[in-house]
Amino acid sequence: MGLLTPSGGLLFWMTIAFAVVFFILAKFAFPVILGSVQKREEYIDTQLDAARLAEVRVAGLEEEGKKIIADAEREKVNILKDAAASRDKIVGDARETAAEEAARIIAEAKKQANEEKEAILASARGEVAMIAVQMATKVLRGQLTDKEAQMALQEILGEEASEVGK
Amino acid sequence: MMRRALIFAFAALLMLAAPQRLAASGHDGENFSPKEMVMEHLADSYEWHITSIKGRDIIVPLPVIVRSSTGWHVFSSDKICHPGATYYGLYIAHEGKYKDKIVEDVGGAQKRPIDLSLTKTACGAIFSLLVVMILFLVAAAAYKKRNEVDYCPKGLAGLMEWLISSILDSVIKPCVGSNWRKFAPYLLTAFFFIFVTNLLGLIPIFPAGANVTGNITITLFMAVMTLLAVNLFGSKHYYKEIFWPDVPIFLKAIPLMPLIEIIGIFTKPFALMMRLFANILAGHSIILSLACIIFVTVHMGAAVNGSMTAVALLFMIFMNCLELLVAFLQAYVFTMLSSVFIGLAQEGH
Repeated sequence: MGLLTPSGGLLFWMTIAFAVVFFILAKFAFPVILGSVQKREEYIDTQLDAARLAEVRVAGLEEEGKKIIADAEREKVNILKDAAASRDKIVGDARETAAEEAARIIAEAKKQANEEKEAILASARGEVAMIAVQMATKVLRGQLTDKEAQMALQEILGEEASEVGK
Repeated sequence: MMRRALIFAFAALLMLAAPQRLAASGHDGENFSPKEMVMEHLADSYEWHITSIKGRDIIVPLPVIVRSSTGWHVFSSDKICHPGATYYGLYIAHEGKYKDKIVEDVGGAQKRPIDLSLTKTACGAIFSLLVVMILFLVAAAAYKKRNEVDYCPKGLAGLMEWLISSILDSVIKPCVGSNWRKFAPYLLTAFFFIFVTNLLGLIPIFPAGANVTGNITITLFMAVMTLLAVNLFGSKHYYKEIFWPDVPIFLKAIPLMPLIEIIGIFTKPFALMMRLFANILAGHSIILSLACIIFVTVHMGAAVNGSMTAVALLFMIFMNCLELLVAFLQAYVFTMLSSVFIGLAQEGH
């Protein structure tokens, strides 16, 4: 039964040794180790939170970037559309103006040509009238043969022509 | 490859024949008593017997501290440990009530003095506690040296942190509950003391190898510590459950339930004490008994002795592996049950 009987001396030493080791460990070892572990855990938690936040922020930025790109795209389309429209308008306007100008110039030219024609016709009429008067004078002054009449006419016409040529 | 295997087999055969040679050269072979040898190891003693070589014992003497009728005496155990020795009227009883203890004769009657000797078990326990203390202080120093919040320790400190964290997270926190911080130092010290002591008990070389956690005094001490931790810090709710539990009044009028509960206060630590003691004691005695097979069969011829040596060795290897598991398991179970008892006493806090 010796094995089952506790011994006082051993209990005494065990109590002292265990108490000493327990107090040393409880004062110098466990607080340091458990404190470090806890601090590290908290640090990791905060870092994870920060990472999560950063991720969310990056996702937001990406979204924003996409939005900006989409806006720019839309703007581009709008601008191109506007540009095409204004180009068409400018070209159309120019064409219209050119057509108007052309019509105006043509009309002016026609008018001038008509005026000139009128003037030429008027002067030609005057010439013919003069020739007719001279012819009549010649006929009246002498008897002009057909040949002579022909020549006189040529002469008058030549005079007129040279006068016109001057 | 073949040659190596042959050399190995030959060496193994030689080793199997070794105990016979050893026994033949020594005097132990003649009157070897396995029971005595096993009991000698399991029991506490005033000296630390390491081994015997050719009949000469190699012994580490330990201090004997006693207060007899003639006052305090402190002396080395080698003054008293050989047969027939007396010192200051003190001697070791070889039979009777105080077998293997220091006694003195006062008035014709054998009397036990106050005995505070640093026995083998006491030295073994102190050695284990020193190992535990050094392990933790070295680990803590690593943290103190690198006072950084994101410092993750390596080596010994890393190992200790892993062990501490796993015990904290798997046992102490869930079993004790929200108050775990208050009890963690005791529970961790208890776990590591039992674990380290169990492991050291498996190493057969001095200064390890003493039967410390297989000694009833040590387990009694650990159980009393748990008893104190449970009952000194018990909540009001815990004490109400003991003295005035929620049961029909006739179970309380004759204080049947309170009686059972009060007995329960003591049976729980008692179970802790017996479990650890019996497990470690059994492990040590099985391994030693297996070793004894070798020496018991010495006189039965080389063939029987050789084959029994092989069998005994195989079983000893197996038992040592098992004891390795038991070493952890018993420390774990002790800590877990202590945590549960403490946790139950903390309810309603």
